[in-house]
Amino acid sequence: MCGIVGLHLREASLEPRLGELLAAMLGQVVERGPDSAGVAVYGDPRLTPPGRAVVSLLGVTPAEAEAALPGAVAVAADATTVVHADGDLLAAVSAALPHATVIGSGTDMAVLKGTGNPVRLAMSFGLAGVTGWQGVGHTRMATESAVTPEGAHPFSVGPGQCLVHNGSFANHATIRRELRAQGIGFDSENDSEVGARFIAHQLAQGADLEKALRLLCERFDGFYTLLVSTDDSFAVVRDAIACKPALVAETAEWVAMASEYRALDVLPGIEHARIFEPEPQEVYVWRR
Amino acid sequence: MATLIDLGERPVRELNQALHSTAATSWRVLNPRGAHAVACGVREAHTIDVEGHVGYYCAGMNQHATVTVHGNAGTGVAENMMSGTVRVRGNASQSAGATAHGGLLVIDGDASARCGISMKGADIIVGGSVGHMSAFMGQAGRLVVCGDAGDALGDSLYEARIYVRGTVKSLGADCVEKEMRNEHLTELAELLKAAERDEDPADFRRYGSARQLYHFKVDNATSY
Amino acid sequence: MEPASQGLRESATFDRATIHAIQRAAETGIYDIRGWGAKRKLPHFDDLLLLGASMSRYPLEGYRERCDTDVVLGTRHAKQPLRLDTPVTIAGMSFGALSAQAKEALGRGASEAGTSTTTGDGGMTPEERGHSKHLVYQYLPSRYGMNPDDLRAADAIEVVLGQGAKPGGGGMLLGQKITERVAGMRTLPVGIDQRSACRHPDWTGPDDLAIKILELREITDWEKPVYVKVGATRTYYDVKLAVHAGADVVVVDGMQGGTAATQDVFIEHVGIPTLAALPQAVRALQELGVHREVQLIVSGGIRGGADMAKALALGADAVAIGTAALIALGDNHPKHDAGYRELGSAAGYFDDYQDGRDPAGISTQDAELSARLDPVEGGRRLANFLRVMTMEAQTLARACGKAHLHHLEPEDLVALTIESAAMARVPLAGTDWIPGAGL
Repeated sequence: MCGIVGLHLREASLEPRLGELLAAMLGQVVERGPDSAGVAVYGDPRLTPPGRAVVSLLGVTPAEAEAALPGAVAVAADATTVVHADGDLLAAVSAALPHATVIGSGTDMAVLKGTGNPVRLAMSFGLAGVTGWQGVGHTRMATESAVTPEGAHPFSVGPGQCLVHNGSFANHATIRRELRAQGIGFDSENDSEVGARFIAHQLAQGADLEKALRLLCERFDGFYTLLVSTDDSFAVVRDAIACKPALVAETAEWVAMASEYRALDVLPGIEHARIFEPEPQEVYVWRR
Repeated sequence: MATLIDLGERPVRELNQALHSTAATSWRVLNPRGAHAVACGVREAHTIDVEGHVGYYCAGMNQHATVTVHGNAGTGVAENMMSGTVRVRGNASQSAGATAHGGLLVIDGDASARCGISMKGADIIVGGSVGHMSAFMGQAGRLVVCGDAGDALGDSLYEARIYVRGTVKSLGADCVEKEMRNEHLTELAELLKAAERDEDPADFRRYGSARQLYHFKVDNATSY
Repeated sequence: MEPASQGLRESATFDRATIHAIQRAAETGIYDIRGWGAKRKLPHFDDLLLLGASMSRYPLEGYRERCDTDVVLGTRHAKQPLRLDTPVTIAGMSFGALSAQAKEALGRGASEAGTSTTTGDGGMTPEERGHSKHLVYQYLPSRYGMNPDDLRAADAIEVVLGQGAKPGGGGMLLGQKITERVAGMRTLPVGIDQRSACRHPDWTGPDDLAIKILELREITDWEKPVYVKVGATRTYYDVKLAVHAGADVVVVDGMQGGTAATQDVFIEHVGIPTLAALPQAVRALQELGVHREVQLIVSGGIRGGADMAKALALGADAVAIGTAALIALGDNHPKHDAGYRELGSAAGYFDDYQDGRDPAGISTQDAELSARLDPVEGGRRLANFLRVMTMEAQTLARACGKAHLHHLEPEDLVALTIESAAMARVPLAGTDWIPGAGL
């Protein structure tokens, strides 16, 4: 189904290398997911200048976005357009660009998605030049006939939140109906989106990330490794049976997670890292 | 003088082709960096030292060779091994020694979930701990765990024998603790010696099948 | 006096078979285990008809004018794909489920017909390898008997996720069939009831299957085609994922596919008909641009040349037979009726393969019963049947003007019922209507 990578930096001096390292990690999980890819990056001053609201969009060009949103600056990243502005940008986008798909919003986070080979996409995103303190990435093995950017992970359905998922849920259709009944809308028929919306809903109701993920484990059947990121944290959880792979590596400078070891092997200091596999149904959270 | 292959420069295909087509000799494999299927399908008594971490299925279906991973191993190390010896100096990921029929697999560190799953006659010795569902449907062979065992040890066990030195988080369906008799202490001592370990067999407990699931019966319905 | 003549009416819901099933469960407290595939009536190839020659389409003369039947399987990656003389193969059935004589007969018959046979959940026997010109080696969740020597001796490798009779279920063999030899091959105690895993032990999901397939290719130096077999459920997605995972050949087994032993409830209520799965599989391959490049084998209720011709017309590259092959060997032959009656069954109804007391000597491990099947004679019968299947398909294809069985196309077909038209995606006979098209 796919490959997951994630990197959470603790050492500020590594921040200029965030994109470069994330791209290298992504390149190692291409075979798991050759059709499309997505990344979320936190803290890049070009994509998400401090103090500005940020929205990541599909289906609109930077020129269209700037024309529709006075005062906004739009940056191209393959199929994605990242827009930053002052004020309630999300509301402005809903009003002025109703046909655009919002794939991420917040103040510190940009979500970039595209179709095609992930290595090529990383270049097209300009990932090597991205800086910041945290990033997650996902390579997808698609089944839909039209491989679309919308189908790529991460699913970001709450401010600054991202979910990437390896595996498959078995009872998500029911949970989707329950969330819809509570007024939550969906952008796709994708099972991973249900996981993302479930967590976002819990967080919006005041649960902390650990509780949200524990509740997810209780409610969702299936085999899954999840990597969830927020504006201040990086979390990993696996289902009780834990058949989908997951590896975490940790040093004083960074915490990283990937589906396969070779994606971690590209990181500086990996030779000294503590490497472990997350236990099933245990929530691991690292906070900034 | 060992033949050197640097996987940073050469593909795994070249290594495996060479291993499949040359008479037994010794090899040093450099820079595996998590590559998959390293030294799999070997059928000559090569001695292979892999210097670094390997990905999935290292030494898969091994016959006669002695493979040492100086690092960690990914999913399925020595899966379906028939004979020979595989040693992992670091930790092993899931399904280590899965369905292996023979030979010796030694993991110096920890093994993860499903260690020895469906084992069919191999000997697996783990210096550290094993994860959940280890020896699931273990049919034959011996699993020795010097550390702890996770949940559902030996679930649906057939005739594999399990020795654990530390704690067992929970036992799987039809797996029960069994009496350690002299023949078991002797067997365990031999296994530990083969693994070059010095734990005392007397510190271990033995687990095996209760054999209650050997025939489909209505009374067992809840176990299925 | 016949109950119906007395004015008695049987309930369609609680018919006699259902009453018997409920009472059997009440008496024994355990689910019913049997062999064969789904017995209930399902939309199938009988609901499709071929449009033969007409004013605008001309038939080919038999014998003189070519209608070829050869097929090559596994062209995508393997150095040595399988070249078969006819597009019907023998499906995977285990030694253990079947007697050694039956496996040998299947090998002999398949080889004589120039096609392949397949091992099953018990591993490869020397008889089977020795008598099979082309042998496909199954790689199953249980891994009973799996070993690299047999892997290298095989002509192709079939990674089995599931089968049509029980998609999501593992192998099952009851104690009465676990003889010394079977037990030895499977590393099990003699006489126990075999429980099998339903998932592979060292991979789950197409992303990890890709790595497993890589390993299998590495072990066999990239020589042999790798098939991926699924029971028909979410076939469209499964076929796409199998291709992404690296399959050279995809095998789709519909719910009519047989088994030697599993729960009746599993057989009858899980999976979709072969007719519904086949067009999904073809569409998946076409959308990925690999139709005919990744070959498709379809099984599950294939009974003769007409089924084969229609399956090929819908886009399969080949079909596989299991139940039909056993019937060709003599399973359910009227001459065994007395033997079936002693077991509480009758010729034409016998499905108790799990018991191992088969009077035909096919699905048994009993030495005396197994000896009733002469492998040479059985092989001859199978070869005859395969030849007839091939000739029947050629007859139909020639009538449609085709020089090769693979030239049959969906446009050569019409359907007799709305369900079959919708599933097969061909028009209802005499109309332009394909129910559901455009949705």
